[in-house]
Amino acid sequence: MSLICGRPPRTTPDPFFDGWGDSGAALALKHWNLFAHGACTTLELTAFALILGLCIAVPAAMALARGTPGAKWLISGYVYVFRGSPLLVQAYLIYYGLSQFEAVRDSIFWPFLRDAYWCALLAFTLNTGAYTTEILRGAIVNTPKGEIEGAKALGLSRFKTTWLIELPSAFRRALPQYSNEIIFMLHGSVIASVITIQDILGVGRTVNAKYYVAYEGFITAALLYMVLTFMIVIAYRQVERKYLAHLIVGR
Amino acid sequence: METLIAFSPLLLQGALVTITLALCSVALAIALGGLGAWAKIAGGWFTRSLATVYTTIVRGVPDLVLMLLIYFGGQRLLNQLVRSFGGEGVDVSPFLAGTVTIGFIFGAYLAETFRGAYLAIPRGQVEAARSLGLGKFSALWTVTLPQLIRHALPGFGNVWLVLVKSTAIVSVIGLEDVVGLADKAAKSTREPFLFFLAVIVVFLAITAVSGALFKWLEKRYSQQVAVEEDAKEDGAKPAGGGALAAAR
Repeated sequence: MSLICGRPPRTTPDPFFDGWGDSGAALALKHWNLFAHGACTTLELTAFALILGLCIAVPAAMALARGTPGAKWLISGYVYVFRGSPLLVQAYLIYYGLSQFEAVRDSIFWPFLRDAYWCALLAFTLNTGAYTTEILRGAIVNTPKGEIEGAKALGLSRFKTTWLIELPSAFRRALPQYSNEIIFMLHGSVIASVITIQDILGVGRTVNAKYYVAYEGFITAALLYMVLTFMIVIAYRQVERKYLAHLIVGR
Repeated sequence: METLIAFSPLLLQGALVTITLALCSVALAIALGGLGAWAKIAGGWFTRSLATVYTTIVRGVPDLVLMLLIYFGGQRLLNQLVRSFGGEGVDVSPFLAGTVTIGFIFGAYLAETFRGAYLAIPRGQVEAARSLGLGKFSALWTVTLPQLIRHALPGFGNVWLVLVKSTAIVSVIGLEDVVGLADKAAKSTREPFLFFLAVIVVFLAITAVSGALFKWLEKRYSQQVAVEEDAKEDGAKPAGGGALAAAR
């Protein structure tokens, strides 16, 4: 059960396309509502994970770049583990693994943690959070010294230097790499289908299983993912054009 | 903990399958990457557009979708082909489907890495080699290739690390790699957390060992290169190979 997209539609085929046959594009069109809901679920999971991941990454990257003692080991450990292991295993660990403990099953979080949707979201968030932390950390560390010195010369407090100078400048530098992170989160979200969520690939597998076909569902899913990817790439180019305008003019 | 010790031979066996799969895939990826880089550098209009279609598919379609398509779709396609020639039905093993998929995907990343490495070699060097009387082949073998390896190693190391991680998805089509076997063990012992945590440790170990190996290789291949020049080049190199960076 997802937040925005709601319950999946019933698997009754669209009456308009019914009777066109049970193979090829007709099969995908007949179940267009399933695929539309799948696309909604995929986008929803990806967007939520990216937003929440960014919420983890900003303070974590700041702490890492500043070398805050204590926090440093914890955060670099988190980043190392989540970047060094497959997302699939992380999702398994959360979805299947956590239910092993009675303490988890008795806790107030159990209604969430028994639900594949929330487990997928948690796994994706922690995963993209780790990658984004690393991206942001690099961007913060590479802040030109002159920018900080300029802020100091203007008499800005440390807090204001961080929020007005350091972070906006780091975000700009991180933009190109973050576009890759968005695409990879979109692609990584297929793992949701492995833990029973009806995202795009989940619907593709359902349709294939229902009609006992091998290509139709997967090819439709592949095309949908491709369309989404390139839509994101194009939209992102606009964002870059806006926020990196000072670099484009210079070229 | 006792269960983990009891099941450790099984996990080790799974880890070996994972490593074998990764090595087979990377061999295929190197071949495809070499072809792709060659098509992009030296190819005509047709080969270049073929290479573009290749990278577009890999950029646009998630690995698992591609793998399911190759495993289930490829099986049916192959059977239809074989039957039309009057042969028996064939089975595509999960191992083969996984190798083909992962090799196909990471071939595109390596093509980008190899192309970048090739472009980093100054043209004058090949020209100098040719003017010294070296043939086309020996110029490639003794001048271009060693430097290509040196320039490609950092990017290649990244691609390898990501490739190892993405072998995990092959457990979805039933390969008994470390993830698949841990899943089985988790179901029979009802201790999923323990086993999946162990899998994460296995992957971190593989990553750490290959990371150290690549560091050693990079050192070896840049032995004759002055330190300052190396530092300068590292800064100028496109990270992870331009348009395609590493996936998970």
